[in-house]
Amino acid sequence: MEFAELIKTPRVDNVVLHRPFYPAVEGTLCLTGHHLILSSRQDNTEELWLLHSNIDAIDKRFVGSLGTIIIKCKDFRIIQLDIPGMEECLNIASSIEALSTLDSITLMYPFFYRPMFEVIEDGWHSFLPEQEFKLYSSATSQWRLSYVNKEFAVCPTYPPIVIVPESIDDETLRKVATFRHGGRFPVLSYYHQKSKRVIMRSGQPLTGTNGRRCKEDEKLINATLRAGSRGYIIDTRSLNVAQQARAKGGGFEQEAHYPQWRRIHKSIERYHILQESLIKLVEACNDQTHNMDRWLSKLEASNWLTHIKEILTAACLVAQCIDREEASVLIHGTEGTDSTLQVTSLAQIILEPRSRTIRGFEALIEREWLQAGHPFQQRCAQSAYCNTKQKWEAPVFLLFLDCVWQILRQFPCSFEFNENFLIMLFEHAYASQFGTFLGNSESERCKLKLQQKTMSLWSWVNQPSKLSKYTNPLFEANNLVIWPSVAPQSLLLWEGIFLRWNRSSKYLDEAYEEMVNIIEYNKELQAKVNILRRQLAELETEDEMQESP
Amino acid sequence: MEHIRTTKVEQVKLLDRFATNNKSLTGTLYLTATHLLFIDSLQKETWILHHHIASVEKLALTTSGCPLVIQCKNFRIVHFIVPRERDCHDIYNSLLQLSKQAKYEDLYAFSYNPKQNDSERLQGWQLIDLAEEYKRMGVPNSHWELSDANQEYKICETYPRELYVPWTAKKTVIVGSSKFRSKGRFPVLSYYHQDKKAAICRCSQPLSGFSARCMEDERLLEAISKANPVNCYMYVVDTRPKLNAMANRAAGKGYENEDNYSSIRFQFVGIENIHVMRSSLQKLLEVNGTKGLSVNDFYSGLESSGWLRHIKAVMDAAIFLARAIMVENASVLVHCSDGWDRTSQVCSLGSLLLDSYYRTIRGFMVLIEKDWISFGHKFSERCGHLDGDPKEVSPVFTQFLECVWHLTEQFPQAFEFNEAFLLQIHEHIHSCQFGNFLGNCQKEREELKLKEKTYSLWPFLLEDQKKYLNPLYSSKSHRFIVLEPNTVSFNFKFWRNMYHQFDQTLHPRQSVFNIIMNMNEQNKQLEKDIKDLESKIKQRKNKQTDDILTKELLHSVHPESPTLKTSLRFKEQTRLPVNDSLRTIEGSSPADNRYSEYAEEFSKSEPAVVSLEYGVARMTC
Repeated sequence: MEFAELIKTPRVDNVVLHRPFYPAVEGTLCLTGHHLILSSRQDNTEELWLLHSNIDAIDKRFVGSLGTIIIKCKDFRIIQLDIPGMEECLNIASSIEALSTLDSITLMYPFFYRPMFEVIEDGWHSFLPEQEFKLYSSATSQWRLSYVNKEFAVCPTYPPIVIVPESIDDETLRKVATFRHGGRFPVLSYYHQKSKRVIMRSGQPLTGTNGRRCKEDEKLINATLRAGSRGYIIDTRSLNVAQQARAKGGGFEQEAHYPQWRRIHKSIERYHILQESLIKLVEACNDQTHNMDRWLSKLEASNWLTHIKEILTAACLVAQCIDREEASVLIHGTEGTDSTLQVTSLAQIILEPRSRTIRGFEALIEREWLQAGHPFQQRCAQSAYCNTKQKWEAPVFLLFLDCVWQILRQFPCSFEFNENFLIMLFEHAYASQFGTFLGNSESERCKLKLQQKTMSLWSWVNQPSKLSKYTNPLFEANNLVIWPSVAPQSLLLWEGIFLRWNRSSKYLDEAYEEMVNIIEYNKELQAKVNILRRQLAELETEDEMQESP
Repeated sequence: MEHIRTTKVEQVKLLDRFATNNKSLTGTLYLTATHLLFIDSLQKETWILHHHIASVEKLALTTSGCPLVIQCKNFRIVHFIVPRERDCHDIYNSLLQLSKQAKYEDLYAFSYNPKQNDSERLQGWQLIDLAEEYKRMGVPNSHWELSDANQEYKICETYPRELYVPWTAKKTVIVGSSKFRSKGRFPVLSYYHQDKKAAICRCSQPLSGFSARCMEDERLLEAISKANPVNCYMYVVDTRPKLNAMANRAAGKGYENEDNYSSIRFQFVGIENIHVMRSSLQKLLEVNGTKGLSVNDFYSGLESSGWLRHIKAVMDAAIFLARAIMVENASVLVHCSDGWDRTSQVCSLGSLLLDSYYRTIRGFMVLIEKDWISFGHKFSERCGHLDGDPKEVSPVFTQFLECVWHLTEQFPQAFEFNEAFLLQIHEHIHSCQFGNFLGNCQKEREELKLKEKTYSLWPFLLEDQKKYLNPLYSSKSHRFIVLEPNTVSFNFKFWRNMYHQFDQTLHPRQSVFNIIMNMNEQNKQLEKDIKDLESKIKQRKNKQTDDILTKELLHSVHPESPTLKTSLRFKEQTRLPVNDSLRTIEGSSPADNRYSEYAEEFSKSEPAVVSLEYGVARMTC
């Protein structure tokens, strides 16, 4: 077993664990291939089980022979372990470091995890593209499933099955793929039943500096418009950035070649800018000594809420194009794997009631993030405490979840799931026992044989016993379009994520429980009244019958 | 009314303050003796009480008419466009006159008539009885007694007649001390903690200058610390920043010298003065009123306004008080300069942390009556009830309400009342509709004969308490006896529901709070229904058993339909309409208009702030 080589000291006694808002716990520290375990070996104290893959960074300190390891997790938690003995401490630290940065995906926990629950429904088959397509095909015949990418040859980051206009054949798709970044030709993201308009997404067109055009590309996207109608192209980059992209072979759709389309530029930030924003925000939230001015200026300087506002604004714009202007929309940025997906998925949250249910939201993540090729492995490799500058990390998915949370806060009764559900998804995107978020695309997941070798997150979460924790007791299906406010006064810091480990939520949790109690009690009373009414009615009819035989 | 030249203007436009697409409502503007009323084409009424108007501004004439911007003390800002300039000018002039009265007698409270007779009115005023409150706290007792020194307002005009002092403090000591304190406001009891036998006392700054001493004052402080049998030292908390207190010494005022007073521990807590607070709020409102505000401008504005910093300072001071009493068992004497602004904030908030009674609806009224009204917080000057010195206006009481709101956010189950209660009280400190907040001290109120000529607010709030109840309140939990709020900066948030209470587009579109509140009400009704039904069933059953004894029982299959019908009918009944529980106080519709709006779960038909027209317009041009 390779792990044994990495674990220099598997067990240390008399280790003291410090966590904010909990009393210190003394116990035995054990390292396994995938977990750091601290157990006090007393009956009623819970054990700490920490996935190595959840560890973002560690710090070591020594005072005499007492070593201290500070473990900073990808979910922003910080814990401290006091380890007697300098050698043990050094061994533990280097083991954790090695185990938390394993290179090979196949060594990760999901490949070793054996579920302790009975799988009722295999999550790997819960959201098949064919099934999802059925929802649309009953409403429109303008679209078809294409298997052109079956071997991942046309577009390595697309799934084998995509939805394209009925009138466009696979040969045309192949040609269009050569004109779009990463081969990401325009595909259907969402069909809005009410206005019969669509959201499509793609990579940027490869126009380059000399304004290359591609007749097939124009044909494809025009095929989605009705005669005489217009569509919108939402470029998630500012005009400036889009223009600069031409020098590198990229670019944007020229009005002259796409006369039926209006292009609007929105500027959503990418990569390291988002990553830095997250680092700054978490740093600000973790420092309890900040005075008010410093806290507010750090919160501002992190720009996190600015990103939230920009993403939400773009999503609202798309939703308005579809619902108000009754125009179809094509969305892309550069690659079409980050800001594009934030916007397409949030627009659906706003427009589509189904995406606000638990299953619908899971389907949305499956479709718009996993199958659409958001590179989870790269983006979530490190979190807010990473000190090594790596190029590909970015909290793109977390920003999406935060935006959903903002809308949830404004429409607390319109979502079937609650905040815990979003927090759970955040945790599993960064470190998980399930295979769902491994890999960067469907093709990578196929190669890794995740379906055969790992368990799907959906198998676990969709068990009725788990779902109850994630269900919003206030949910009442709302079939309307929900327009969030994006004014700075309406946007809030997501305390459930960013202050989660920095303050006690005892009173807030108790209040939430009380709210659930009131709702449950209400249901109980309603049921009881109904039974009694029926009983009384029966008695009354009995009496009547006796009186008038 | 002599000030009203135009009573009705038609075709007036009301602009939405935050809409980016200049959307507006057209309607008719009416000017009455007490209110400005706008009725739009959808028959929706917007009432603005003249007393709520903080400023009226006439902007430059535009092609569509003459813009009139009205800013209110309850943070409503309305932007009208009046088609004809002459009408606009008339209304502008009338409002200038009507919003600033010269005499108390011209205020709304003196003409407001809720159709009550004299004895009802008197009962209303007797609802809150401070003598009862001191009894509840446990005074008088073996250490504290009621002093008659100020019975005729001879020692201190701005204090109430009834004052509680250590029983060892003789009248000569009190008189001596009062001469050594600004405005004669000598140390008296504000709150007595029965368990700890420790007290919160309040006063104004000593006239110590650089070296002056006063034996009587020293003796009074000693008496206060000795009135606490457990702890021999007491804290003297000067709520001002040290620099300000030192500057006061040059004017012959100042703060206590620890060397001169036996057994005191002196402490500054650094809350800024009324002028700083006034301009802080002004800055905050300026930033928030900006159209198309960016996130960064919002936060840098929030920071530079200093508003939340001030709120935190008040909260920290109150926590200091609560800790001194709970942890050290020490009494505390609080003062600022005059002892009616910061001192009121800190004493009342400290008591609220210590005593769960003040977290009930009635207890909160008592607290306001005691630490604010009776001890002479200058409501009329601070709220600008009359046309007076604008430098005396300051949002000191608003800050107190905001601190309480922050506590309700951290302890959602600790308060019997909800946010609407705080907003309603805020509404009425400015409305001049009730007598409670008129005048600047008890003596002045007696001279104005407020109890004979005006009504008290509290009975009206109590009558309507249903809508101010916190559905999550848990009165039984004893842990809440002392609140220990966390004052790490990130716990302080911008109070959107106060400062944007009329800007609907900025609020959540569904209110969890209202749903739970209604459900709670509904549960009570259901419990009653169940009881009724059970007793009816029991009756029937008894009757049947009687019948069985006499008759042969015929059994047959019951038809399904009646049962089905009843259960369906019931479902309709149990759906309480949202507005049903939100009746308005008779005659006070302007103030209450808001709550129906506030509670309304309007459906998302209109896009909020983002506007496509905006984006597209830029595209096409």
